[in-house]
Amino acid sequence: MTEALSVDLAETSLRDLHATLHALPKDTNRTLWRVRNPRGKHSVAVGLDAPISLRIEGHVGYYAAGMNARASVLIDGNAGPGVAENMMSGKVRVRGDASQSAGASGRGGLLVIEGNAGARCGISMKGIDIVVRGSVGHLSAFMAQEGFLVVGGDAGEALGDSLYEARLFVRGRVASLGADCEEKPIRPEDRAALENLLERAGFSELRAGDFRMYGSARRLYHFHVDNASAY
Amino acid sequence: MSAPRSLPRFSATFDRHAIAEIQRAAATGIYDIRGAGAKRKLPHFDDLLFLGASISRYPLEGYRERCDTNVVLGARHAKRPVELQIPVTIAGMSFGALSAPAKEALGRGASIAGTSTTTGDGGMTEEERGHSRTLVYQYLPSRYGMNPADLRRADAIEVVVGQGAKPGGGGMLLGQKITERVARMRNLPAGIDQRSACRHPDWTGPDDLAIKIEELREITAWEKPIFVKVGASRPYYDTALSVKAGADVVVLDGMQGGTAATQEVFIEHVGLPTLAAIRPAVQALQDLGMHRRVQLIVSGGIRGGADMAKALALGADAVSIGTAALIALGDNDPALEQEYQKLGTTAGAYDDWHEGRDPAGITTQDPELFARLDPVLAGRRLANFLSVMTMEAQAIARACGKSHLHNLEPEDLVSLTLEAAAMTRVPLAGTDWYPGKEFADGR
Repeated sequence: MTEALSVDLAETSLRDLHATLHALPKDTNRTLWRVRNPRGKHSVAVGLDAPISLRIEGHVGYYAAGMNARASVLIDGNAGPGVAENMMSGKVRVRGDASQSAGASGRGGLLVIEGNAGARCGISMKGIDIVVRGSVGHLSAFMAQEGFLVVGGDAGEALGDSLYEARLFVRGRVASLGADCEEKPIRPEDRAALENLLERAGFSELRAGDFRMYGSARRLYHFHVDNASAY
Repeated sequence: MSAPRSLPRFSATFDRHAIAEIQRAAATGIYDIRGAGAKRKLPHFDDLLFLGASISRYPLEGYRERCDTNVVLGARHAKRPVELQIPVTIAGMSFGALSAPAKEALGRGASIAGTSTTTGDGGMTEEERGHSRTLVYQYLPSRYGMNPADLRRADAIEVVVGQGAKPGGGGMLLGQKITERVARMRNLPAGIDQRSACRHPDWTGPDDLAIKIEELREITAWEKPIFVKVGASRPYYDTALSVKAGADVVVLDGMQGGTAATQEVFIEHVGLPTLAAIRPAVQALQDLGMHRRVQLIVSGGIRGGADMAKALALGADAVSIGTAALIALGDNDPALEQEYQKLGTTAGAYDDWHEGRDPAGITTQDPELFARLDPVLAGRRLANFLSVMTMEAQAIARACGKSHLHNLEPEDLVSLTLEAAAMTRVPLAGTDWYPGKEFADGR
């Protein structure tokens, strides 16, 4: 087995780490990396754009794996706000909990959170898929446009407020739905997508049949005075 | 002979516009939405004059002695600062609000003139990247079209906190302008009314902003200047906090700055006039020892070289134009009067940019309408206008004895009104006093 290339953030600056990772060619064979001693630093492993596997050994601050493309990033700890924000593709997995705005405005790829996620999980998501083993906080999927948000636990208040075309699956209790968000019947293609996401996330103990699905009622798609009280 | 009758008297309070708006609101039940910036009369650059040279200051020879105009933006932290030949840039305007030919024309005109143009809420188009020598990429709350590849091929990044027409407000693009292409770039269904968020999804407040700026720098190898754009509301604190957060450049947009679509009540009643915002922002930079190290770009109602020169004299490093640039492209052209009449308006007053029926082909996504705009010719008109602006400012600067536009200073100015004197701390003409100034004897 190839040994992972190691970068110790106790000795190496973030700038040098990124200079190294961003310089990797698209077809690099230096594909296994580990980052030690992140110690809650912000913006660790941001802007990656190579088919590498990178393991961050510890907790990270804001925006870990932000704008990730193609890379597979494992955060072996907790993540601060905006983990995998604006992710384009690839995969990001958080072993612990994630703070607010996880996966914000993500446009592709898969974000897996094995613990819980804070408020605004999946806010403004634009095609990313997010699977949370635990619960998510209030205003999750606010103004979410595309992609799937799967919540194995409960969802906080105002889930899916001002939702566009993203699909939300929640296994537990939903504290309340936000404006223009409603429960939808699960079609076979929705269930297939959910099963696929649970499998890719590795959450085999979660059964697709236990989830409810929520989406946009599309009543606010066109501004109309009769809806003024909903805004 | 009949008895004299009283002359019908119109109210100064309930003027024609106020009455028409009440009638329109009563009939429709919805507020008015329009484009452009504040149209009410506000204290503005017209309330300042230059003094010119005299015995104590001698002028430079027009058409002979140099008066330089270049400006460097972003040398504080960026490895590759932006260098412009003239201190006037093209403000951020979205593809979606504007047609693709209009975005191309802005890029062409700016590039000919040696300055930058800016993307908007909707991402970067090939038209504008391809035709813009220097392109500033806006990083907006909506994140429509936002991707790291475009971030990296930009020449600078502008984190948008707000804009002058609507500080604290998000945006709106009505369904008739959400074509398939616009919708695809924004990951939205075509034809729906689209909201642009008023807050960023992953940060709030100055401490978060510092972290966000650092993330953007890490992703772009610390090469790009980072601008922070704020709508004028609390310019002293917003400027100071932007500097603290690590901005290379602060963009300050007054309430005359345009918007693609916002409620009339918002445009006219929220924010500060551009004139009132400059001096507090400059003061913040001076208090922090950052004046000229962090550049200040001022926008909102800049109409020509005199406005530019006055903004620079008050301490700005550059100005930015949006509405004036659209007019230079062909917006509100009197030659289109018949078509404006059909839309219920007239040339010079057309501001329903959100409806997508612009006869000039600028604020529309209708293929028949935007085909009317020749991006080469329109770009040439913009370049001409930018050239005239610059020459006008140079003429004033030489008259004040300045060999660079940046050498203009508040002492070259006088105020014509008490309001302008109070806002700018430029003495009232014929006096050495402005409101708030203490006299030497403590009065």
